[in-house]
Amino acid sequence: MKSLGIFRRSFAPWADPNAKPFISFRNVTKRFGDFTAVDNLSLDIFTREFFALLGGSGCGKSTLLRMLAGFEQPTSGEITLDGQSLAGIPPYRRPVNMMFQSYALFPHMTVEKNIAFGLKQDGMPKTEIAERVAQMLKLVKLESFAGRKPHQLSGGQRQRVALARSLAKRPKVLLLDEPLGALDKKLREETQFELMDLQYELGLTFVVVTHDQEEAMTMSDRIAVMSQGRVIQVATPAEIYEAPNSRFVAEFIGDVNMMEGRVALENGHSVLKTEDGVSVPLPEPLAEGREVALAVRPEKLKVSRAAPPEGANLYAVRGEIWDIAYFGDMTVFHVKLPSGKIVKASSLNATRGVEDPFGYDEQIWVSFEPQAGVVLKG
Amino acid sequence: MQNAISAVTRRLVILIPYGWLLFFFLIPFLIVLRISMSTTAVAMPPYTPVFDWTGGWESIRASLSQLSLDNYTWLAGDPLYFNAYISSLLIALVSTALTLLVAYPMAYGMAKAPTTIRPTLVMLVILPFWTSFLIRVYAWIGILKPEGLFNQFLLSLGLISEPLIILNTNWAIYIGIVYCYLPFMVLPLYSALEKMDHSLTEAALDLGCTPIQAFWRVTFPLSLPGVIAGCLLVFIPAVGEFVIPDLLGGSETLMIGRTLWNEFNGNRDWPVSSAVAVVLLLLLVIPIMLFQNAQARAERAEREGR
Amino acid sequence: MVRWSRFNIASIVFGFAFLYLPIVLLVIYSFNESRLVTVWTGFSTKWYGTLLTNQALLDAAWVTLRVGLLSASASTVLGTLAALSLSRYPDFRGRVLFSGMIYAPLVMPEVITGLSMLLLFVAIGIDRGFWTVTLAHTTFTMCFVAVVVQSRLQSFDRSIEEAAMDLGATPVATFFQVTLPIILPAVLSGWVLAFTLSLDDLVIASFTSGPGATTLPMRIYSQVRLGVTPEINAICTILIGVVACGTLIAALATRRRELQRQKDERAAFAESMVRTVDPPPAAAGG
Repeated sequence: MKSLGIFRRSFAPWADPNAKPFISFRNVTKRFGDFTAVDNLSLDIFTREFFALLGGSGCGKSTLLRMLAGFEQPTSGEITLDGQSLAGIPPYRRPVNMMFQSYALFPHMTVEKNIAFGLKQDGMPKTEIAERVAQMLKLVKLESFAGRKPHQLSGGQRQRVALARSLAKRPKVLLLDEPLGALDKKLREETQFELMDLQYELGLTFVVVTHDQEEAMTMSDRIAVMSQGRVIQVATPAEIYEAPNSRFVAEFIGDVNMMEGRVALENGHSVLKTEDGVSVPLPEPLAEGREVALAVRPEKLKVSRAAPPEGANLYAVRGEIWDIAYFGDMTVFHVKLPSGKIVKASSLNATRGVEDPFGYDEQIWVSFEPQAGVVLKG
Repeated sequence: MQNAISAVTRRLVILIPYGWLLFFFLIPFLIVLRISMSTTAVAMPPYTPVFDWTGGWESIRASLSQLSLDNYTWLAGDPLYFNAYISSLLIALVSTALTLLVAYPMAYGMAKAPTTIRPTLVMLVILPFWTSFLIRVYAWIGILKPEGLFNQFLLSLGLISEPLIILNTNWAIYIGIVYCYLPFMVLPLYSALEKMDHSLTEAALDLGCTPIQAFWRVTFPLSLPGVIAGCLLVFIPAVGEFVIPDLLGGSETLMIGRTLWNEFNGNRDWPVSSAVAVVLLLLLVIPIMLFQNAQARAERAEREGR
Repeated sequence: MVRWSRFNIASIVFGFAFLYLPIVLLVIYSFNESRLVTVWTGFSTKWYGTLLTNQALLDAAWVTLRVGLLSASASTVLGTLAALSLSRYPDFRGRVLFSGMIYAPLVMPEVITGLSMLLLFVAIGIDRGFWTVTLAHTTFTMCFVAVVVQSRLQSFDRSIEEAAMDLGATPVATFFQVTLPIILPAVLSGWVLAFTLSLDDLVIASFTSGPGATTLPMRIYSQVRLGVTPEINAICTILIGVVACGTLIAALATRRRELQRQKDERAAFAESMVRTVDPPPAAAGG
């Protein structure tokens, strides 16, 4: 089988059955009154991993992070760090540090004092503190801002101070709660890469909570997609995108065309009989009569004027261009199939000029390869 | 171990102020309640029964059995007290309405003022509150008395030929209450009006309301929480007011705070004055609960708004 | 666009005239030469001179000052603790009763509070005097402190405290190093409020004080009942002057801090705008 995604990962401890997880959630449940925030969840995170918890608001991702930091206690289940249970250890005795969504900088202290705060609590000698603070300031490129107070800094600078402060104690794990949420789009993109570089250089384990799928896809080694207190899928970004394990994940990440129907056998191949009455080739053989859904990403669909060649084992159907969305880097065609169903097909605007562009209401062909889709049984 | 320490800290943080208030606020009320059911005696303290803790359960039971509601039946039977309660409520009601009339345009004007001067205006409203209550009431004596500045002013304008008698009438009490409690009304009104989105009025005007209709149909209903908070903050203390009726009101003006004071300091009848206090408190229980409810709601709104 | 109409201006002017005119007149007539308070005969400061020889008045002022300082300090500690319990511990047994006891004294008629305190002191057999007034004032002013501090705690970003604990500070260390410095302005204004309320109180002090502990309001009250005199105008003017100066200084200090803060924020914003255009300068001003 081909590899998913177009680059190879050299770091993959989760694939090694002998690797010991660094952080481990075992059947963790957290209830607030009647509300179950985290529901019997088990999860392993490995050392030096950049791990993202992704999900909508109220899915339990922040609660999970706060249990790791010690601000909430699990109702049942156990969390271990480096083989040791964290139960009953208050936040101020845990070897993890957190970067808060609001940054939570101490407004009455200078940048320097903010960064030194955690070191002072540990009773580190003054000269060492000064050394470490200087080092951290250099790391986040804020040397000239040491004497400023938080309100004298811009949003991006505050974010760096928060990062420096949480890294100053050299925690085993850094927890980041929506670390880029308060930044504008441009700055967010820059900072993503800085965070990745920093994590790699320092060799730390990062657990980041985010609701932004692009952010999670860009930065992390693995993503846990969460919904209603459960982990739906834990996998690399490429697996999450190309091989979602459920409708929820397929629809949550990126855009998707969902084709539903029953499995039938045609010419020795498994096909999906859709409500259009068309046969869609399936990427794998399946039992006849079964109800499944096939998820196909828009960029895997091809739009053309000419009918695709016979016998190419492609799924091809005629349709009408219903809507066109132009994004600059690509164009998304909304094509109305004879059944009335609308599918999306995106095409990269790889050249500046096009000879004979598509127009509204035009009759065209939509086609894709059998391997382009993923069968969702759930 | 650390957790144990933080549990102890937590307990102390709660227990110290809690215990203080129980001892100095709640228990005194229970004592008032008990004394209101005792009878007057020429002794120190001037009431019986006094609980004799040393005598054990029997003597406590004995003193409990002596408790009676006589003072309350006496209060109910004496028109002096009944009238005092009624007139306290009426005076407080009229003064609250007058305060609202003066305060609303003021708060409205402040909320409409340019944003740069709003904090200054708010400070100017609060500032008189910092000067002594007594001084502020006293200042009005010099103004309102027959040969006072107000009458001098009106006489010199030729508007009146005889000095108006205002001091030692209910009007003086109204003026005093409006004056002293004005900030309590203006501030909640202002904060309700200031939070209001100006585009709401614009939307009402856009949809065809005249400015006056827009005010009555949009602005005023939305400021009601402020109106209620302000009215309660004026009404409740006004009912039990002592200084204002004593200094500005006439000798025939009956207000319950003053009656209580006289009963206690003049007649030294502790059981009856305790009963007067208990009844006054019962009268105020409903407005106080309303006030607490409003406070709790505002608190919750603040928390959820964050 | 907000329109400030003539009606708005008129109602504000009328309102403030109503609030300030009596006080201004009182101050003016304290400099009146005549003993008749309402007839202006000429400028004089003699009434201020006679105050200095009035020993009873000076004694009362001294009692009031001591009661105020002591009770304000005690009630600030108690009120801050109460505010902390209310806003930091959302559920403990008897919380409803507790918050009731915090809010009730704010609106409770003073005669009731005074009477009940007095009966408590009698019941436990304490002689009334300086200490009973101080205890009573501590009790009723702590509720005001609690409300002021609580509103500050309510708007306080809880994650700042969590950050401190996350960085290794115990709850007690977090309170003293992070929470207290941040809520300090509210605590201080709570203290000032408590002090002012204590200076101002007549009714509760009258109930709970005893021989030798006559406060200034009690002294003024007993003189006012006898009629309006220029000496009282003079005392009042001094008290108003002290309060006005204190408020003015506090307001100016707050305003300066606020202006500085706004300036800093604008500077930081402008700088970040520049930084998005240019790479950050190697040594920007610190």
